[in-house]
Amino acid sequence: MPNLTIDGKQVEVPAGTTIIQAADKLGIDIPRYCYHPALPVSGNCRICMVEVEKQPKLQIACYTPVADGMVVKTNSPKVLEVRKTVLEFLLVNHPVDCPVCDQAGECKLQDYYMEHGQYDSRLSEVKVKKEKKAFSIGPTVMLDQERCILCTRCVRFADTITKTSEFGVFSRGDHSQLDVYPGKKLDNSYSGNVVDICPVGALTDTDFRFKCRVWYLAQTKSVCPGCSMGCNITVEWDKMRPHQHKKARVMRLKPRLNPEVNDYWICDKGRYNYRFIDENRIQHPQLKDALISWDQAAGIVAQSIKLLQDAKQTNRIGVLASAQLTNEDLFVIRKFFKETLKGAQLDFKVPEKPGDSDDFLIKADKNPNTAGAVNILQADADVQQIVARAKAGEIDILYVFGHDLVKLFGKETVAQIAKKVKLFVYQGSNVNETCGYAHLNLPSSVYAEKEGTFTNCQNKVQRIWPAFLPLGESKGDWEIIALLSAKLGTPLAYQHSQEIFKDIAATIPSFSEMTYEKISDKGMILKS
Amino acid sequence: MEKIVSRHFGQPDSHHLENYLKDNGYEAARRAITQMTPAAVIDEVKKSNLRGLGGAGFPTGTKWSFIPAANPKPKYLVINGDEGEPGTFKDKYIFEQDPHALLEGIIITCFAIGSHKAYIYIRGEYTKSLERVQAAVDEAYKGKYLGKGIMGSGFDIDVVVHPGAGAYICGEETALLESLEGKKGFPRLKPPFPAVVGLFNCPTVINNVETIACVPPIINKGAEWFAKLGSEKNGGNRLFCVSGHVARPGVYELPNGTTLRELIYDHAGGIPNGRKLKAVIPGGISAPILTPDQIDVKMDFDSLKAIGSMAGSGGIIVMDDTTDMVWAAMVAARFFAHESCGQCSPCREGSGWVYRQVKKVYLGHARPHDLNNLPGIVNNIGGNTICAFGDAVSMSVGSYVSKFRSEFEAKLQPAHVA
Repeated sequence: MPNLTIDGKQVEVPAGTTIIQAADKLGIDIPRYCYHPALPVSGNCRICMVEVEKQPKLQIACYTPVADGMVVKTNSPKVLEVRKTVLEFLLVNHPVDCPVCDQAGECKLQDYYMEHGQYDSRLSEVKVKKEKKAFSIGPTVMLDQERCILCTRCVRFADTITKTSEFGVFSRGDHSQLDVYPGKKLDNSYSGNVVDICPVGALTDTDFRFKCRVWYLAQTKSVCPGCSMGCNITVEWDKMRPHQHKKARVMRLKPRLNPEVNDYWICDKGRYNYRFIDENRIQHPQLKDALISWDQAAGIVAQSIKLLQDAKQTNRIGVLASAQLTNEDLFVIRKFFKETLKGAQLDFKVPEKPGDSDDFLIKADKNPNTAGAVNILQADADVQQIVARAKAGEIDILYVFGHDLVKLFGKETVAQIAKKVKLFVYQGSNVNETCGYAHLNLPSSVYAEKEGTFTNCQNKVQRIWPAFLPLGESKGDWEIIALLSAKLGTPLAYQHSQEIFKDIAATIPSFSEMTYEKISDKGMILKS
Repeated sequence: MEKIVSRHFGQPDSHHLENYLKDNGYEAARRAITQMTPAAVIDEVKKSNLRGLGGAGFPTGTKWSFIPAANPKPKYLVINGDEGEPGTFKDKYIFEQDPHALLEGIIITCFAIGSHKAYIYIRGEYTKSLERVQAAVDEAYKGKYLGKGIMGSGFDIDVVVHPGAGAYICGEETALLESLEGKKGFPRLKPPFPAVVGLFNCPTVINNVETIACVPPIINKGAEWFAKLGSEKNGGNRLFCVSGHVARPGVYELPNGTTLRELIYDHAGGIPNGRKLKAVIPGGISAPILTPDQIDVKMDFDSLKAIGSMAGSGGIIVMDDTTDMVWAAMVAARFFAHESCGQCSPCREGSGWVYRQVKKVYLGHARPHDLNNLPGIVNNIGGNTICAFGDAVSMSVGSYVSKFRSEFEAKLQPAHVA
């Protein structure tokens, strides 16, 4: 393997590696516009030029392969001078409309100007005016041709990742402009990614545009709950000014790099699936129409369970758990309903129609934790059976986690169940039709308010982190169960999800030896 | 003096096969295919000191030897007849007056590099060239000089004529390949060079029209004869295209060692109307401009390089003392701004900016600091781009500013005017 020196640091990399890849490995940041690790090299922006010893001309780091004994300088006076030069050229026809540009704060033109530019403008000529300012090129993305630096990342993304080829560079010279082909729209399942890879303010997100300046955003690592792929994401939320957005906290979701799962990408469905975090939430425990306290709510459930316990009829408890819940939630559900209350009927596999899917990231199973639910719950009952029994009056307590039974089984069935069972509990984060039939509604928190783990379709266990506190009086799902258990006089020993996960690792063989630290933010595969 | 490439120019119906055959036509090809090995042909061309006459001056035989014989992919020969360099019109004469010389050169070259398919890429505006070359190709197929088992040998060769679509950059060899493949004419990143990864990702030799037209005479008369005609490392004659302020503009075939003075005064008839020479571009608009004190230079690749210019495409543009050099610079800059393909940022943004700056000086709107900035900005394009176009902008426009600075200064606004 070639061994080379970059800025005095030695590194050994496989043959065929480019200088920029070797530098990335060393943590040396070479400026880049057109280079993107997931896209074919284009070499057009010329900002990544570096000095290679024994070569008369500077070389572009994104294209030049390393060689054994190569000595590279990324910060020599010659290199810094050329960077300044390239920046100057890139800004010649750029409108520099940063004050009204949504990219401000996360713009590579701004960043590199501050790092490498800092020159006084020598431009006193008129700029080339591009045909169109901001216009929509599809349902998710706006294009501003004047701000475009023609790095062609989006072109290459559409050519090679989605293979939909919506983008082209039209015309020639400094009149070149990026556009979608005539009659085409940027309307594919992954269109939002072009906003992420656009290094400037040319492609902006129609949904996020002008909603919030990026410097107000806090970032929390998470995993998309939209399907069983478990794409790694960052929840970006306004930490300072939620009053600006009707109290909404989450402003946008961004993909988070995980080469083994989603690489740099997420689908549009996942990207724009965040409004439920702040909207339409159940915020208080509620008995029919009356708001009640958590203590009262726990008391009502505990009392009903106690009656069945005493009558040794815990098999008249039906529990519909959910693959939307974390491994920790599911473990506590299993512990409480299967171990503390022996005999309760527990399953999670509701009869959902498979959703849309493709051969890239979108999976038909729209639950983020089906693999975890299978491994942890080890359910021996059956949802259909539980529902049938509830309808037939053979169930006294029906405990539903998040499912909209109306959607799944129809209004009539649910209405009948509500009449037949003695206590119909709905524990979930958002209001749905089923809430109206449930006797008791318990507000649970959403994934962005939880700490825990999901297991994706690759059997990879991945962590999520709480971005902010649960909304209103909502609580984590396992915390609610812990509250019930305590009310029944059998307190669970968990204060923190990490303690639950330790128990999972100790109890469930496929999770053995896993810890939060080991899983980190890259995930760990279940043992088979 | 013996004419080589232009030997048939001006003869009636020189473009027809029957006339080409009368002058020993296709005998070099026959000899190469039936009596020589490919290696021997390459060796002969190497010894002849034939250099690429499109402008880069790369030794032709050496270029051919880069084709990897062991590569199982098909090999291609591509003839670069895009001839877009302002001041250059020599390939047009070959296309129109001696297309069979080109075709014979193509046969020999294909044999040497193991290729069975050649593309002739002809500038789209050259409608007559396109017609003549296509007619010649048709004649050659009929006469079994092209096609399967040509001239009774076992050698197969197909030739395709392809019109360009009007972009100057498609004369850059890798942009030409992209264009041939049906894509936008953007130069490719190098390496790999076309000899390894060229047309349709196959090993490819790209040669200029005139270069290939020189090959049959080399095979006929030998490398030594050809090498002796030129200067030290630059064999043969060259077609020089003289335009501008001369009495007899046109194409002149002269040995490579001819001086620029001889060309202008002895052959092209000097500057008309009793005016004086002010400046001359020696090798197409990309070549740095020369002043009258430099015209004793020999017009070969190495001699012109030595004085900071280049032989380029052989397009000589002569300017007399009535020429406004700021205007001339602006015309050159406008050309580059118009023809920059726009792929890489220094050239895309820089060539337009340079044009606007020179124009500003020409219109009398510039101030001293503008002129002080100009050479630096011009210079920042070259060396930082994907292809040599950026270098051309810097060298060409830069040379006007450095050599005729006083004319630029004369057009400036005073510094104090706000």
